[in-house]
Amino acid sequence: MPTTLFKKPNGLTDKKFHYCPGCGHGIVHRLIAECVDEMGDTNNTIICAPVGCAVFIPNYFVYDSIHCAHGRAPATATGIKRTHPDKTVITYQGDGDLASIGMAEIIHAAARGEKFTTVFINNGIYGMTGGQMAPTTLPGMKSTTSQSGRDPKLNGNPIRICELLATLTGPAYIERVAVDSPAHVIRAKAAIKKALQYQKEKLGFSLVEVVSSCPTNWGKTAVKAMEFVKTDMIPYYPLGVYKDIKEGK
Amino acid sequence: MAKVLMKGNEAVGKAAIQAGCKFFAGYPITPQNEVPEYLSRELPLAGGTFIQSESEVAAINMLYGAGGSGARCMTSSSSPGIALKQEGIGYCVFGEIPCVINSVARGGPALGTIQPSQQDYNQATRGGANGDYHIPVLAPASIQEAVNFIKEAFEIADVYRTPVIVLEDGLIGQMMEPVDFDVPVKKREHTPKSEWAMGYGNGNPHLIEGIVMDAPMCEKKNRRFFKEKYEVIEKEEVRYEEYMMDDAEYAFVAYGSSSRICKTAIKTLREKGIKIGLIRPQTLWPFPQVPFQNKNIKLFIDIEMNMGQMVPDVALAVNDKNKVKFFGRCGGMIPSPEEVVEATEKIIGGAK
Ligand SMILES: Cc1ncc(C[n+]2csc(CCOP(=O)(O)OP(=O)(O)O)c2C)c(N)n1
Ligand code: SF4
Repeated sequence: MPTTLFKKPNGLTDKKFHYCPGCGHGIVHRLIAECVDEMGDTNNTIICAPVGCAVFIPNYFVYDSIHCAHGRAPATATGIKRTHPDKTVITYQGDGDLASIGMAEIIHAAARGEKFTTVFINNGIYGMTGGQMAPTTLPGMKSTTSQSGRDPKLNGNPIRICELLATLTGPAYIERVAVDSPAHVIRAKAAIKKALQYQKEKLGFSLVEVVSSCPTNWGKTAVKAMEFVKTDMIPYYPLGVYKDIKEGK
Repeated sequence: MAKVLMKGNEAVGKAAIQAGCKFFAGYPITPQNEVPEYLSRELPLAGGTFIQSESEVAAINMLYGAGGSGARCMTSSSSPGIALKQEGIGYCVFGEIPCVINSVARGGPALGTIQPSQQDYNQATRGGANGDYHIPVLAPASIQEAVNFIKEAFEIADVYRTPVIVLEDGLIGQMMEPVDFDVPVKKREHTPKSEWAMGYGNGNPHLIEGIVMDAPMCEKKNRRFFKEKYEVIEKEEVRYEEYMMDDAEYAFVAYGSSSRICKTAIKTLREKGIKIGLIRPQTLWPFPQVPFQNKNIKLFIDIEMNMGQMVPDVALAVNDKNKVKFFGRCGGMIPSPEEVVEATEKIIGGAK
């Protein structure tokens, strides 16, 4: 009898991801689907797509879904979760979406302790629109709107979302993970699962920030992009648990 | 049932609950604050959710999620707040979300004034979201009518899966009038939410769509909306009142508060021998056409609390812009019946 060691999660459709080689979006999609499957919620989940490269999320998941306005997914998810308190509700958002145009919505959803889970992809750049500066673009990092590298004096400083949201009382769980290595991917999956578990226990808002890659707009190969996550992104965006109400943190 | 004396804004809140509204999100702004205040207290008692959102932008995007999940939902705001909601309204249109937007207009632009105005006629009927779309706009002229229209708005929203705007002005929101909350509103058949809303897909995914893959699909969707929604709404949902039009040679055209002022002016003008009546659109989109085909009318005199935003709609309906005249006050100023009488006499040259 052959045993299945690896298969596509039930939560994913058969559509091929349109993401560039070396992009973190595909990895994180898979992790979400695996966690939801394992929790038995494949037919009980609603996912909110962002405006950004992941806008076509509804093509990839078998869940009910919605294309949210740019940055507004936390407000839309609030309306969904309050209507369906027993569904698992997820927003999936990039750094332009969440940390720039949607900053008010994420802070207030977190502060209200809305019982949904946000998966926040920090790739330090605007992917979909072609590599403009994001609120998370590192000092010195080049983008199409900071062509000599981000100068904090001119372009302002990056924003660390986990640290910022962890000051609030509403969130139940906040962790920053990365997907640059197999070990980190495994850790990322555990964090997503924990966040979903906290949602299920109705403990409050949960967020997992994933330090990710955008080889296309970073002007790097897939491999070099992952190295950059390790050498530059993670030191600026330290991994770890920022809030865990079960642990009194 | 006996009538109760109630403030317009509170009556709107009560009507929403009666209509089965289960989700409300809104941000404070004068002159509609009594709507969220009332609902914050009463909606939870009726098993609904009240959220004071961080902004008007968030409120409409909350409706996008709640309505998209099948909840009867409403937001309420006033002029600058409605301006902020526009992008979200576009998503609600494209995603086919039944929802009600209560809009209590004040003087503008910008912060303008908090006094009542009708300067948001274009904002309501033309909208500020991107793309081709229409939204039904109901314009009550009394608190009783506001109550009835709020209830009807929920029905229309469900039938066509569209946002519906109830456009009032601060006068209707702030004054008190006796209201009968038992005037029946016809329950209408519509596609059950279990067939389209989020949370009912069960592995057969329900998608609330904000983007389509390519231009031909986007055009097709636009054309479907025009054929299946807007053409039908234009046929089925037009509402208007004709007042003293039987023998009229002149007609005021006015909606909401200004129509009440016209009714008072008509009395004076008729005493002076001027045969004038009133055409009162109750829906601003779809805009009534039939009453403007009246060949006995020499002049249609549009009276608004703005600079004449409805004039193009009247001129199109009359199909002769020379027959359309205008008088109005704006920026939160309310014309007195005497002013309207005087302006009318000037317009028609004292002719009988
Ligand atoms: C209101 C509005 N402003 C701007 C845009 C254009 N826009 C589309 S995607 C995007 C940025 C997305 O970047 P990010 O959130 O970092 O996601 P990524 O593409 O990197 O995954 C912008 C600005 C839009 N769609 N809507
Ligand atoms: S542009 Fe960047 S974020 Fe978008 S799919 Fe490509 S690598 Fe991923």
